Amino acid sequence: MKNFIDIVDLKFSYNNEGNNAKNILNGINLNIKKGEFLAILGANGSGKSTLIKHLNAMLLPTKGNVFVNGINTKDEGKLYDIRSTVGLVLQNPDNQIVASIVEDEVAFGPENLGVAPKSIRERVDMALKLVDMYEYRKSTTYSLSGGQKQRIAIAGIIAMQPECILLDEPTSMLDPEGRKEVLDTIKSLNKNYGITIVLITHYMEEAANADRIAIINEGKIVRIDAPRIIFSEVAFLDKYQLSIPTVVELIHKLKLNGLPLNNMALDERECVNILKKYFNSLE
Amino acid sequence: MLNNITLGRFFPGNSFIHKLDPRVKILLMIVLLFTVFLSANYLSLFVNFFAIMLFVSLTKINLKTYLKSMKFILFIVLFTGMLNIFYAKGTAIFKLGVFVITDEGFNNSIFVSMRLIMLILVSSLLTFTTSPTSLTYAIERLIRPLAKFKIKTHELAMMMTIALRFIPTLLEETDKIIDAQKSRGANLETGNILNRIKSFVPVLVPLFVSSFRRAYDLALAMECRCYKGGEGRTCMKILRIGSNDIWAILIVFGLLVFVLIINSLFPAVRL
Ligand SMILES: Nc1ncnc2c1ncn2[C@@H]1O[C@H](COP(=O)(O)OP(=O)(O)OP(=O)(O)O)[C@@H](O)[C@H]1O
Ligand SMILES: [Mg+2]
Repeated sequence: MKNFIDIVDLKFSYNNEGNNAKNILNGINLNIKKGEFLAILGANGSGKSTLIKHLNAMLLPTKGNVFVNGINTKDEGKLYDIRSTVGLVLQNPDNQIVASIVEDEVAFGPENLGVAPKSIRERVDMALKLVDMYEYRKSTTYSLSGGQKQRIAIAGIIAMQPECILLDEPTSMLDPEGRKEVLDTIKSLNKNYGITIVLITHYMEEAANADRIAIINEGKIVRIDAPRIIFSEVAFLDKYQLSIPTVVELIHKLKLNGLPLNNMALDERECVNILKKYFNSLE
Repeated sequence: MLNNITLGRFFPGNSFIHKLDPRVKILLMIVLLFTVFLSANYLSLFVNFFAIMLFVSLTKINLKTYLKSMKFILFIVLFTGMLNIFYAKGTAIFKLGVFVITDEGFNNSIFVSMRLIMLILVSSLLTFTTSPTSLTYAIERLIRPLAKFKIKTHELAMMMTIALRFIPTLLEETDKIIDAQKSRGANLETGNILNRIKSFVPVLVPLFVSSFRRAYDLALAMECRCYKGGEGRTCMKILRIGSNDIWAILIVFGLLVFVLIINSLFPAVRL
Protein backbone atom coordinates (compact mmCIF):
# COMPACT_ATOMS: atom_id res chain seq x y z
CA MET A 1 0.00 0.00 0.00
CA LYS A 2 1.23 3.47 -0.85
CA ASN A 3 1.96 5.77 2.03
CA PHE A 4 -0.19 8.79 2.63
CA ILE A 5 2.66 11.03 3.76
CA ASP A 6 6.28 10.33 2.85
CA ILE A 7 9.12 12.25 4.40
CA VAL A 8 12.40 11.54 2.64
CA ASP A 9 15.78 12.68 3.99
CA LEU A 10 14.29 15.90 5.30
CA LYS A 11 16.81 18.49 6.43
CA PHE A 12 15.82 21.95 7.47
CA SER A 13 17.41 25.08 8.86
CA TYR A 14 15.59 28.34 9.52
CA ASN A 15 18.38 30.39 8.07
CA ASN A 16 19.17 29.24 4.56
CA GLU A 17 21.76 31.87 3.63
CA GLY A 18 24.73 30.52 5.55
CA ASN A 19 25.63 26.96 4.57
CA ASN A 20 26.94 26.23 8.02
CA ALA A 21 23.68 27.21 9.71
CA LYS A 22 22.56 24.70 12.28
CA ASN A 23 20.04 22.20 10.97
CA ILE A 24 16.92 22.04 13.10
CA LEU A 25 15.86 18.87 11.27
CA ASN A 26 18.68 16.56 10.46
CA GLY A 27 17.73 13.85 7.99
CA ILE A 28 14.25 12.69 8.86
CA ASN A 29 12.67 9.68 7.16
CA LEU A 30 9.11 8.93 8.13
CA ASN A 31 6.07 7.35 6.52
CA ILE A 32 2.57 8.01 7.74
CA LYS A 33 -0.18 5.64 6.68
CA LYS A 34 -3.72 6.61 5.87
CA GLY A 35 -5.98 6.45 8.92
CA GLU A 36 -3.08 6.15 11.32
CA PHE A 37 -2.82 7.88 14.70
CA LEU A 38 0.79 8.97 15.16
CA ALA A 39 2.05 10.73 18.27
CA ILE A 40 5.28 12.72 18.22
CA LEU A 41 7.24 13.08 21.44
CA GLY A 42 10.46 14.89 22.19
CA ALA A 43 12.10 17.36 24.54
CA ASN A 44 11.56 21.13 24.17
CA GLY A 45 13.33 22.49 21.14
CA SER A 46 13.85 19.07 19.57
CA GLY A 47 12.13 20.18 16.34
CA LYS A 48 8.62 18.72 16.67
CA SER A 49 6.78 21.85 15.61
CA THR A 50 9.23 22.44 12.80
CA LEU A 51 8.67 18.91 11.51
CA ILE A 52 4.89 19.10 11.63
CA LYS A 53 4.86 22.37 9.68
CA HIS A 54 6.50 20.53 6.80
CA LEU A 55 3.51 18.23 6.46
CA ASN A 56 1.19 20.95 5.16
CA ALA A 57 3.77 23.04 3.32
CA MET A 58 3.93 25.80 5.92
CA LEU A 59 7.67 25.18 5.76
CA LEU A 60 9.54 23.71 2.81
CA PRO A 61 12.54 21.38 3.16
CA THR A 62 16.02 22.86 2.84
CA LYS A 63 17.10 19.44 1.62
CA GLY A 64 15.05 16.32 0.92
CA ASN A 65 11.37 16.05 0.09
CA VAL A 66 7.95 15.68 1.65
CA PHE A 67 5.13 14.02 -0.29
CA VAL A 68 1.45 14.22 0.59
CA ASN A 69 -0.69 11.80 -1.42
CA GLY A 70 2.25 11.62 -3.81
CA ILE A 71 2.36 15.40 -4.31
CA ASN A 72 5.63 17.12 -3.45
CA THR A 73 5.01 19.97 -1.01
CA LYS A 74 7.39 22.10 -3.09
CA ASP A 75 4.83 22.05 -5.92
CA GLU A 76 3.46 25.58 -5.61
CA GLY A 77 0.48 24.97 -7.84
CA LYS A 78 -0.80 22.31 -5.44
CA LEU A 79 -0.28 24.35 -2.28
CA TYR A 80 -3.96 24.76 -1.43
CA ASP A 81 -4.71 21.11 -2.27
CA ILE A 82 -2.13 20.13 0.31
CA ARG A 83 -3.36 22.55 2.94
CA SER A 84 -6.96 21.49 2.58
CA THR A 85 -5.90 17.82 2.76
CA VAL A 86 -3.71 18.32 5.84
CA GLY A 87 -5.00 20.79 8.43
CA LEU A 88 -3.06 22.17 11.39
CA VAL A 89 -4.41 22.97 14.87
CA LEU A 90 -2.16 25.11 17.06
CA GLN A 91 -1.52 25.21 20.77
CA ASN A 92 -3.17 28.46 21.84
CA PRO A 93 -6.94 28.34 21.30
CA ASP A 94 -7.28 32.13 21.49
CA ASN A 95 -4.81 32.95 18.77
CA GLN A 96 -6.15 30.81 15.95
CA ILE A 97 -9.76 31.91 15.95
CA VAL A 98 -10.52 34.46 13.24
CA ALA A 99 -14.23 35.19 13.65
CA SER A 100 -16.40 36.24 16.57
CA ILE A 101 -19.23 33.78 15.92
CA VAL A 102 -18.74 30.02 16.07
CA GLU A 103 -20.36 29.15 12.75
CA ASP A 104 -18.53 31.96 10.93
CA GLU A 105 -15.29 30.67 12.37
CA VAL A 106 -15.90 27.16 11.07
CA ALA A 107 -16.93 28.55 7.69
CA PHE A 108 -13.65 30.46 7.25
CA GLY A 109 -11.71 27.59 5.62
CA PRO A 110 -14.34 26.53 3.07
CA GLU A 111 -14.98 30.20 2.27
CA ASN A 112 -11.31 30.60 1.43
CA LEU A 113 -11.52 27.53 -0.80
CA GLY A 114 -14.39 29.13 -2.72
CA VAL A 115 -16.95 26.46 -1.86
CA ALA A 116 -20.55 27.30 -2.83
CA PRO A 117 -22.47 28.95 0.06
CA LYS A 118 -25.05 26.17 0.34
CA SER A 119 -22.49 23.42 0.73
CA ILE A 120 -20.47 25.54 3.17
CA ARG A 121 -23.57 25.56 5.37
CA GLU A 122 -23.77 21.75 5.17
CA ARG A 123 -20.08 21.34 5.92
CA VAL A 124 -20.25 23.71 8.88
CA ASP A 125 -23.23 21.91 10.41
CA MET A 126 -21.58 18.54 9.85
CA ALA A 127 -18.25 19.66 11.34
CA LEU A 128 -19.90 21.21 14.39
CA LYS A 129 -21.88 18.02 15.01
CA LEU A 130 -18.70 15.93 14.75
CA VAL A 131 -17.02 17.90 17.53
CA ASP A 132 -20.26 18.06 19.49
CA MET A 133 -20.54 21.86 19.39
CA TYR A 134 -23.64 22.19 17.20
CA GLU A 135 -25.76 23.85 19.91
CA TYR A 136 -23.13 26.56 20.19
CA ARG A 137 -23.14 27.52 16.50
CA LYS A 138 -24.60 30.99 17.14
CA SER A 139 -22.53 31.80 20.25
CA THR A 140 -19.63 34.16 20.39
CA THR A 141 -16.23 32.46 20.25
CA TYR A 142 -14.69 34.44 23.10
CA SER A 143 -17.26 33.23 25.61
CA LEU A 144 -16.32 29.55 25.16
CA SER A 145 -14.05 27.49 27.42
CA GLY A 146 -10.56 26.55 26.24
CA GLY A 147 -11.60 22.99 25.39
CA GLN A 148 -14.58 24.25 23.42
CA LYS A 149 -12.43 26.76 21.55
CA GLN A 150 -10.02 24.02 20.62
CA ARG A 151 -12.88 21.83 19.37
CA ILE A 152 -14.09 24.77 17.26
CA ALA A 153 -10.59 25.06 15.82
CA ILE A 154 -10.75 21.35 14.95
CA ALA A 155 -14.20 21.83 13.40
CA GLY A 156 -12.77 24.67 11.30
CA ILE A 157 -10.27 22.21 9.85
CA ILE A 158 -12.83 19.43 9.39
CA ALA A 159 -15.03 21.78 7.36
CA MET A 160 -12.27 21.78 4.72
CA GLN A 161 -12.80 17.99 4.48
CA PRO A 162 -9.20 17.01 5.20
CA GLU A 163 -7.73 13.53 5.24
CA CYS A 164 -5.31 14.37 8.00
CA ILE A 165 -5.24 16.70 11.00
CA LEU A 166 -2.00 17.82 12.62
CA LEU A 167 -2.23 18.97 16.21
CA ASP A 168 0.65 20.83 17.87
CA GLU A 169 0.21 20.46 21.63
CA PRO A 170 -3.51 21.17 21.37
CA THR A 171 -4.19 20.44 25.03
CA SER A 172 -1.26 22.05 26.78
CA MET A 173 -3.18 25.22 27.68
CA LEU A 174 -6.33 23.42 28.81
CA ASP A 175 -7.62 22.23 32.15
CA PRO A 176 -8.04 18.45 32.66
CA GLU A 177 -11.66 18.59 31.54
CA GLY A 178 -10.87 20.46 28.34
CA ARG A 179 -7.99 18.09 27.71
CA LYS A 180 -10.29 15.09 27.89
CA GLU A 181 -12.88 16.73 25.59
CA VAL A 182 -10.26 17.43 22.95
CA LEU A 183 -8.61 14.02 23.20
CA ASP A 184 -11.98 12.26 22.92
CA THR A 185 -12.75 14.32 19.83
CA ILE A 186 -9.41 13.41 18.27
CA LYS A 187 -9.88 9.72 19.02
CA SER A 188 -13.38 9.68 17.60
CA LEU A 189 -12.28 11.42 14.39
CA ASN A 190 -9.59 8.80 13.97
CA LYS A 191 -11.65 5.70 14.85
CA ASN A 192 -15.02 6.60 13.36
CA TYR A 193 -14.10 8.77 10.40
CA GLY A 194 -10.72 7.38 9.43
CA ILE A 195 -8.99 10.77 9.63
CA THR A 196 -5.22 10.48 9.97
CA ILE A 197 -3.98 12.14 13.15
CA VAL A 198 -0.52 13.46 13.92
CA LEU A 199 -0.39 14.65 17.51
CA ILE A 200 2.47 16.44 19.24
CA THR A 201 2.08 16.20 22.97
CA HIS A 202 3.90 16.33 26.26
CA TYR A 203 1.27 14.18 27.94
CA MET A 204 2.24 10.52 27.83
CA GLU A 205 -1.33 9.49 28.66
CA GLU A 206 -2.40 11.09 25.38
CA ALA A 207 0.39 9.47 23.40
CA ALA A 208 -0.65 6.08 24.79
CA ASN A 209 -3.76 6.28 22.57
CA ALA A 210 -1.70 6.42 19.37
CA ASP A 211 -0.99 3.55 16.98
CA ARG A 212 2.65 4.55 16.83
CA ILE A 213 4.88 6.95 18.69
CA ALA A 214 7.79 8.74 17.04
CA ILE A 215 10.45 10.14 19.33
CA ILE A 216 12.47 13.09 18.09
CA ASN A 217 15.75 14.23 19.51
CA GLU A 218 17.88 17.05 18.09
CA GLY A 219 16.17 16.94 14.73
CA LYS A 220 16.36 13.18 14.27
CA ILE A 221 13.84 10.45 14.79
CA VAL A 222 15.42 8.15 17.30
CA ARG A 223 12.63 5.64 17.56
CA ILE A 224 9.25 4.72 16.09
CA ASP A 225 7.24 2.01 17.76
CA ALA A 226 3.92 1.08 19.28
CA PRO A 227 3.24 2.77 22.64
CA ARG A 228 3.16 -0.60 24.37
CA ILE A 229 6.74 -1.29 23.36
CA ILE A 230 8.12 2.19 23.91
CA PHE A 231 6.59 2.63 27.34
CA SER A 232 7.98 -0.68 28.50
CA GLU A 233 11.50 0.72 28.14
CA VAL A 234 11.68 3.08 31.05
CA ALA A 235 15.42 3.66 30.76
CA PHE A 236 14.99 4.70 27.13
CA LEU A 237 12.29 7.25 28.01
CA ASP A 238 14.50 8.68 30.71
CA LYS A 239 17.34 9.12 28.28
CA TYR A 240 15.27 11.44 26.09
CA GLN A 241 13.79 13.39 29.01
CA LEU A 242 10.33 11.97 28.49
CA SER A 243 8.08 11.43 31.42
CA ILE A 244 6.50 8.06 32.06
CA PRO A 245 2.73 7.54 32.16
CA THR A 246 1.58 7.10 35.74
CA VAL A 247 0.18 3.60 35.23
CA VAL A 248 3.35 2.47 33.48
CA GLU A 249 5.41 3.82 36.32
CA LEU A 250 3.23 2.10 38.90
CA ILE A 251 3.55 -1.31 37.25
CA HIS A 252 7.25 -0.72 36.68
CA LYS A 253 7.90 0.09 40.32
CA LEU A 254 5.83 -2.85 41.51
CA LYS A 255 7.92 -5.08 39.29
CA LEU A 256 11.13 -3.58 40.61
CA ASN A 257 9.95 -4.40 44.10
CA GLY A 258 9.56 -8.01 43.20
CA LEU A 259 5.90 -8.41 42.26
CA PRO A 260 5.76 -11.05 39.54
CA LEU A 261 3.78 -9.01 37.00
CA ASN A 262 4.54 -9.91 33.44
CA ASN A 263 2.30 -7.51 31.52
CA MET A 264 2.42 -3.83 30.62
CA ALA A 265 -0.45 -1.44 31.18
CA LEU A 266 -1.24 1.47 28.88
CA ASP A 267 -4.27 2.84 30.65
CA GLU A 268 -6.06 2.59 33.96
CA ARG A 269 -8.32 -0.26 32.92
CA GLU A 270 -5.41 -2.44 31.86
CA CYS A 271 -3.59 -1.57 35.04
CA VAL A 272 -6.58 -2.59 37.15
CA ASN A 273 -6.89 -5.85 35.21
CA ILE A 274 -3.25 -6.73 35.76
CA LEU A 275 -3.54 -6.07 39.48
CA LYS A 276 -6.80 -8.05 39.68
CA LYS A 277 -5.15 -10.98 37.97
CA TYR A 278 -2.29 -10.83 40.41
CA PHE A 279 -4.57 -10.75 43.46
CA ASN A 280 -6.63 -13.60 42.08
CA SER A 281 -3.49 -15.66 41.62
CA LEU A 282 -2.70 -15.17 45.30
CA GLU A 283 -5.87 -16.85 46.46
CA MET B 1 -12.94 45.84 35.65
CA LEU B 2 -12.64 46.05 31.88
CA ASN B 3 -15.16 43.26 31.39
CA ASN B 4 -17.91 45.77 31.92
CA ILE B 5 -17.27 47.52 28.66
CA THR B 6 -20.14 46.84 26.33
CA LEU B 7 -19.35 49.42 23.68
CA GLY B 8 -18.88 47.66 20.33
CA ARG B 9 -19.91 44.22 21.59
CA PHE B 10 -22.36 41.88 19.92
CA PHE B 11 -25.25 40.23 21.78
CA PRO B 12 -26.69 37.32 19.80
CA GLY B 13 -30.46 37.31 19.59
CA ASN B 14 -33.46 36.70 17.45
CA SER B 15 -35.29 40.02 17.37
CA PHE B 16 -36.68 41.95 14.43
CA ILE B 17 -33.62 44.21 14.52
CA HIS B 18 -31.19 41.31 14.79
CA LYS B 19 -32.61 39.79 11.65
CA LEU B 20 -32.34 42.88 9.46
CA ASP B 21 -29.87 42.85 6.61
CA PRO B 22 -26.63 44.38 7.96
CA ARG B 23 -26.25 46.62 4.90
CA VAL B 24 -29.70 48.04 5.51
CA LYS B 25 -28.88 48.46 9.18
CA ILE B 26 -25.73 50.44 8.45
CA LEU B 27 -27.48 52.74 6.00
CA LEU B 28 -30.45 53.23 8.30
CA MET B 29 -28.10 54.05 11.14
CA ILE B 30 -26.66 56.86 9.06
CA VAL B 31 -30.16 58.14 8.25
CA LEU B 32 -31.08 57.99 11.96
CA LEU B 33 -28.00 59.99 12.86
CA PHE B 34 -29.09 62.58 10.31
CA THR B 35 -32.54 62.86 11.83
CA VAL B 36 -30.97 63.27 15.26
CA PHE B 37 -28.95 66.23 14.08
CA LEU B 38 -31.80 67.66 12.03
CA SER B 39 -34.22 67.85 14.93
CA ALA B 40 -34.37 71.55 15.69
CA ASN B 41 -36.95 71.90 18.43
CA TYR B 42 -37.93 70.09 21.59
CA LEU B 43 -40.85 68.27 19.99
CA SER B 44 -38.79 66.75 17.20
CA LEU B 45 -36.01 65.96 19.66
CA PHE B 46 -38.53 64.13 21.81
CA VAL B 47 -40.07 62.28 18.87
CA ASN B 48 -36.60 61.20 17.84
CA PHE B 49 -35.72 60.01 21.30
CA PHE B 50 -39.01 58.16 21.61
CA ALA B 51 -38.45 56.39 18.28
CA ILE B 52 -34.92 55.38 19.24
CA MET B 53 -36.06 54.04 22.60
CA LEU B 54 -38.69 52.05 20.72
CA PHE B 55 -35.98 50.50 18.52
CA VAL B 56 -33.89 49.82 21.61
CA SER B 57 -36.75 47.92 23.22
CA LEU B 58 -37.30 46.00 19.98
CA THR B 59 -33.81 44.48 20.28
CA LYS B 60 -34.87 42.69 23.50
CA ILE B 61 -31.46 43.47 24.97
CA ASN B 62 -31.50 44.64 28.57
CA LEU B 63 -31.60 48.44 28.88
CA LYS B 64 -28.80 48.21 31.43
CA THR B 65 -26.50 47.00 28.69
CA TYR B 66 -27.14 50.18 26.75
CA LEU B 67 -26.58 52.28 29.84
CA LYS B 68 -23.28 50.53 30.43
CA SER B 69 -22.12 51.42 26.94
CA MET B 70 -22.76 55.03 27.86
CA LYS B 71 -20.69 54.99 31.03
CA PHE B 72 -17.60 56.03 29.12
CA ILE B 73 -19.27 58.89 27.37
CA LEU B 74 -21.24 60.11 30.37
CA PHE B 75 -18.32 62.24 31.44
CA ILE B 76 -18.12 63.91 28.05
CA VAL B 77 -21.87 64.45 28.03
CA LEU B 78 -21.80 66.11 31.45
CA PHE B 79 -18.73 68.12 30.61
CA THR B 80 -20.07 69.55 27.35
CA GLY B 81 -23.42 70.07 28.97
CA MET B 82 -21.79 72.11 31.74
CA LEU B 83 -19.68 74.07 29.34
CA ASN B 84 -22.62 74.95 27.20
CA ILE B 85 -24.85 75.94 30.03
CA PHE B 86 -22.48 78.65 31.26
CA TYR B 87 -20.67 79.83 28.18
CA ALA B 88 -23.33 81.22 25.94
CA LYS B 89 -24.71 84.62 25.24
CA GLY B 90 -28.37 85.40 25.48
CA THR B 91 -31.07 86.33 27.91
CA ALA B 92 -30.21 85.33 31.45
CA ILE B 93 -32.72 83.12 33.17
CA PHE B 94 -30.74 82.39 36.32
CA LYS B 95 -28.00 84.22 38.15
CA LEU B 96 -25.80 83.25 41.07
CA GLY B 97 -22.73 85.40 41.58
CA VAL B 98 -20.50 84.98 38.53
CA PHE B 99 -22.58 82.08 37.22
CA VAL B 100 -25.10 83.10 34.67
CA ILE B 101 -27.34 80.60 32.95
CA THR B 102 -28.77 81.92 29.77
CA ASP B 103 -31.75 80.82 27.80
CA GLU B 104 -29.58 79.74 24.88
CA GLY B 105 -27.01 78.11 27.08
CA PHE B 106 -29.68 75.98 28.65
CA ASN B 107 -31.14 74.87 25.33
CA ASN B 108 -27.71 74.29 23.95
CA SER B 109 -26.65 71.98 26.75
CA ILE B 110 -29.85 69.95 26.53
CA PHE B 111 -29.56 69.57 22.79
CA VAL B 112 -25.88 68.68 22.83
CA SER B 113 -26.29 66.09 25.60
CA MET B 114 -29.37 64.54 24.07
CA ARG B 115 -27.77 64.32 20.67
CA LEU B 116 -24.68 62.66 22.13
CA ILE B 117 -26.79 60.17 24.04
CA MET B 118 -28.86 59.34 20.98
CA LEU B 119 -25.74 59.02 18.89
CA ILE B 120 -24.42 56.36 21.24
CA LEU B 121 -27.76 54.61 21.42
CA VAL B 122 -28.01 54.46 17.64
CA SER B 123 -24.51 53.11 17.17
CA SER B 124 -25.07 50.59 19.97
CA LEU B 125 -28.26 49.53 18.20
CA LEU B 126 -26.11 48.55 15.26
CA THR B 127 -23.18 46.89 17.00
CA PHE B 128 -25.21 45.09 19.68
CA THR B 129 -27.42 43.38 17.13
CA THR B 130 -24.98 42.68 14.30
CA SER B 131 -22.20 40.12 14.51
CA PRO B 132 -18.80 41.57 13.62
CA THR B 133 -18.54 39.15 10.72
CA SER B 134 -21.76 40.25 9.10
CA LEU B 135 -20.96 43.85 9.93
CA THR B 136 -17.66 43.71 8.10
CA TYR B 137 -19.17 41.66 5.30
CA ALA B 138 -21.80 44.36 4.88
CA ILE B 139 -19.19 47.11 4.95
CA GLU B 140 -17.18 45.19 2.40
CA ARG B 141 -20.24 45.09 0.16
CA LEU B 142 -21.03 48.75 0.69
CA ILE B 143 -17.52 49.96 -0.07
CA ARG B 144 -16.99 47.56 -2.96
CA PRO B 145 -17.41 50.36 -5.53
CA LEU B 146 -14.24 51.90 -4.06
CA ALA B 147 -12.26 48.96 -5.45
CA LYS B 148 -12.28 50.90 -8.71
CA PHE B 149 -9.93 53.37 -7.07
CA LYS B 150 -7.53 50.55 -6.15
CA ILE B 151 -8.63 50.57 -2.52
CA LYS B 152 -8.26 47.09 -1.03
CA THR B 153 -11.79 46.68 0.22
CA HIS B 154 -11.51 43.02 1.22
CA GLU B 155 -8.36 43.60 3.24
CA LEU B 156 -9.97 46.54 5.02
CA ALA B 157 -12.97 44.44 5.93
CA MET B 158 -10.83 41.51 7.09
CA MET B 159 -8.78 43.84 9.28
CA MET B 160 -11.96 45.06 10.90
CA THR B 161 -13.25 41.53 11.51
CA ILE B 162 -10.03 40.57 13.22
CA ALA B 163 -9.81 43.77 15.24
CA LEU B 164 -13.35 43.30 16.52
CA ARG B 165 -12.70 39.65 17.23
CA PHE B 166 -9.65 40.47 19.35
CA ILE B 167 -11.15 43.28 21.43
CA PRO B 168 -12.55 40.95 24.13
CA THR B 169 -9.39 38.81 24.13
CA LEU B 170 -7.11 41.81 24.58
CA LEU B 171 -9.33 43.35 27.25
CA GLU B 172 -9.20 40.12 29.20
CA GLU B 173 -5.45 39.99 28.82
CA THR B 174 -5.04 43.62 29.95
CA ASP B 175 -7.02 42.74 33.04
CA LYS B 176 -4.74 39.78 33.74
CA ILE B 177 -1.59 41.85 33.28
CA ILE B 178 -2.93 44.58 35.56
CA ASP B 179 -3.60 41.97 38.24
CA ALA B 180 -0.17 40.46 37.74
CA GLN B 181 1.57 43.82 38.05
CA LYS B 182 -0.52 44.74 41.07
CA SER B 183 0.43 41.50 42.77
CA ARG B 184 4.06 42.52 42.24
CA GLY B 185 3.29 45.74 44.07
CA ALA B 186 2.65 48.08 41.17
CA ASN B 187 0.47 51.00 42.08
CA LEU B 188 -1.91 51.78 39.25
CA GLU B 189 -4.69 53.59 40.99
CA THR B 190 -3.33 56.49 43.00
CA GLY B 191 -1.00 59.42 42.36
CA ASN B 192 -1.32 62.27 39.93
CA ILE B 193 -2.16 61.79 36.28
CA LEU B 194 1.45 61.76 35.14
CA ASN B 195 2.35 59.02 37.59
CA ARG B 196 -0.65 56.98 36.64
CA ILE B 197 0.21 57.18 32.96
CA LYS B 198 3.77 56.19 33.77
CA SER B 199 2.63 53.25 35.82
CA PHE B 200 0.75 51.91 32.83
CA VAL B 201 3.94 51.32 30.89
CA PRO B 202 4.51 47.95 32.63
CA VAL B 203 1.02 46.99 31.51
CA LEU B 204 1.34 48.11 27.92
CA VAL B 205 4.72 46.56 27.19
CA PRO B 206 3.70 42.94 27.94
CA LEU B 207 0.44 43.58 26.12
CA PHE B 208 2.32 44.64 23.00
CA VAL B 209 4.71 41.73 23.13
CA SER B 210 1.94 39.20 23.48
CA SER B 211 -0.04 40.87 20.71
CA PHE B 212 2.81 40.30 18.29
CA ARG B 213 2.89 36.65 19.30
CA ARG B 214 -0.86 36.46 18.71
CA ALA B 215 -0.56 38.14 15.33
CA TYR B 216 2.10 35.64 14.27
CA ASP B 217 -0.03 32.68 15.37
CA LEU B 218 -3.13 34.04 13.73
CA ALA B 219 -1.37 34.61 10.42
CA LEU B 220 -0.11 31.04 10.59
CA ALA B 221 -3.56 29.67 11.37
CA MET B 222 -5.12 31.68 8.54
CA GLU B 223 -2.55 30.46 6.06
CA CYS B 224 -3.13 26.87 7.18
CA ARG B 225 -6.76 27.35 6.35
CA CYS B 226 -5.94 28.39 2.80
CA TYR B 227 -6.53 32.13 3.25
CA LYS B 228 -5.24 33.92 0.17
CA GLY B 229 -7.01 37.26 0.15
CA GLY B 230 -10.40 38.15 -1.22
CA GLU B 231 -9.98 36.64 -4.65
CA GLY B 232 -12.08 33.54 -5.27
CA ARG B 233 -13.47 33.68 -1.78
CA THR B 234 -17.11 32.86 -1.12
CA CYS B 235 -19.30 33.62 1.87
CA MET B 236 -21.55 31.23 3.74
CA LYS B 237 -24.15 33.85 4.51
CA ILE B 238 -25.85 35.35 1.50
CA LEU B 239 -27.33 38.77 2.13
CA ARG B 240 -30.87 39.19 0.91
CA ILE B 241 -33.22 42.11 1.45
CA GLY B 242 -36.53 40.82 2.78
CA SER B 243 -39.88 42.30 3.74
CA ASN B 244 -38.58 43.09 7.25
CA ASP B 245 -35.92 45.29 5.72
CA ILE B 246 -38.48 47.13 3.61
CA TRP B 247 -40.52 47.80 6.74
CA ALA B 248 -37.48 49.09 8.60
CA ILE B 249 -36.61 51.40 5.72
CA LEU B 250 -40.17 52.75 5.62
CA ILE B 251 -40.24 53.34 9.38
CA VAL B 252 -36.92 55.17 9.51
CA PHE B 253 -37.66 57.31 6.49
CA GLY B 254 -41.12 57.97 7.93
CA LEU B 255 -39.39 59.25 11.05
CA LEU B 256 -37.14 61.47 8.97
CA VAL B 257 -40.10 63.00 7.15
CA PHE B 258 -42.02 63.41 10.41
CA VAL B 259 -39.12 65.24 12.02
CA LEU B 260 -38.81 67.51 8.99
CA ILE B 261 -42.52 68.31 9.16
CA ILE B 262 -42.34 69.14 12.87
CA ASN B 263 -39.32 71.31 12.17
CA SER B 264 -41.23 73.31 9.58
CA LEU B 265 -44.44 73.60 11.65
CA PHE B 266 -42.84 74.76 14.88
CA PRO B 267 -40.10 77.35 15.37
CA ALA B 268 -36.58 76.13 15.90
CA VAL B 269 -35.05 76.52 19.34
CA ARG B 270 -32.44 79.27 19.48
CA LEU B 271 -29.03 77.73 20.09
N1 LIG C 1 10.93 30.87 13.35
C1 LIG C 1 12.10 30.39 13.83
N2 LIG C 1 13.27 30.97 13.47
C2 LIG C 1 14.44 30.50 13.94
N3 LIG C 1 14.57 29.47 14.77
C3 LIG C 1 13.46 28.83 15.18
C4 LIG C 1 12.16 29.28 14.73
N4 LIG C 1 11.23 28.48 15.29
C5 LIG C 1 11.90 27.59 16.04
N5 LIG C 1 13.23 27.79 15.98
C6 LIG C 1 14.25 26.99 16.66
O1 LIG C 1 14.14 25.67 16.19
C7 LIG C 1 14.36 24.74 17.24
C8 LIG C 1 13.23 23.74 17.27
O2 LIG C 1 12.04 24.41 17.51
P1 LIG C 1 10.62 23.70 17.53
O3 LIG C 1 9.61 24.76 17.78
O4 LIG C 1 10.46 22.88 16.32
O5 LIG C 1 10.77 22.76 18.81
P2 LIG C 1 9.65 21.88 19.52
O6 LIG C 1 10.14 20.50 19.51
O7 LIG C 1 8.33 22.15 18.91
O8 LIG C 1 9.71 22.46 20.98
P3 LIG C 1 8.54 22.72 22.01
O9 LIG C 1 8.30 21.45 22.74
O10 LIG C 1 9.09 23.78 22.91
O11 LIG C 1 7.34 23.19 21.25
C9 LIG C 1 14.48 25.54 18.51
O12 LIG C 1 15.82 25.57 18.87
C10 LIG C 1 14.01 26.92 18.14
O13 LIG C 1 14.76 27.88 18.82
MG1 LIG D 1 6.52 23.15 19.52
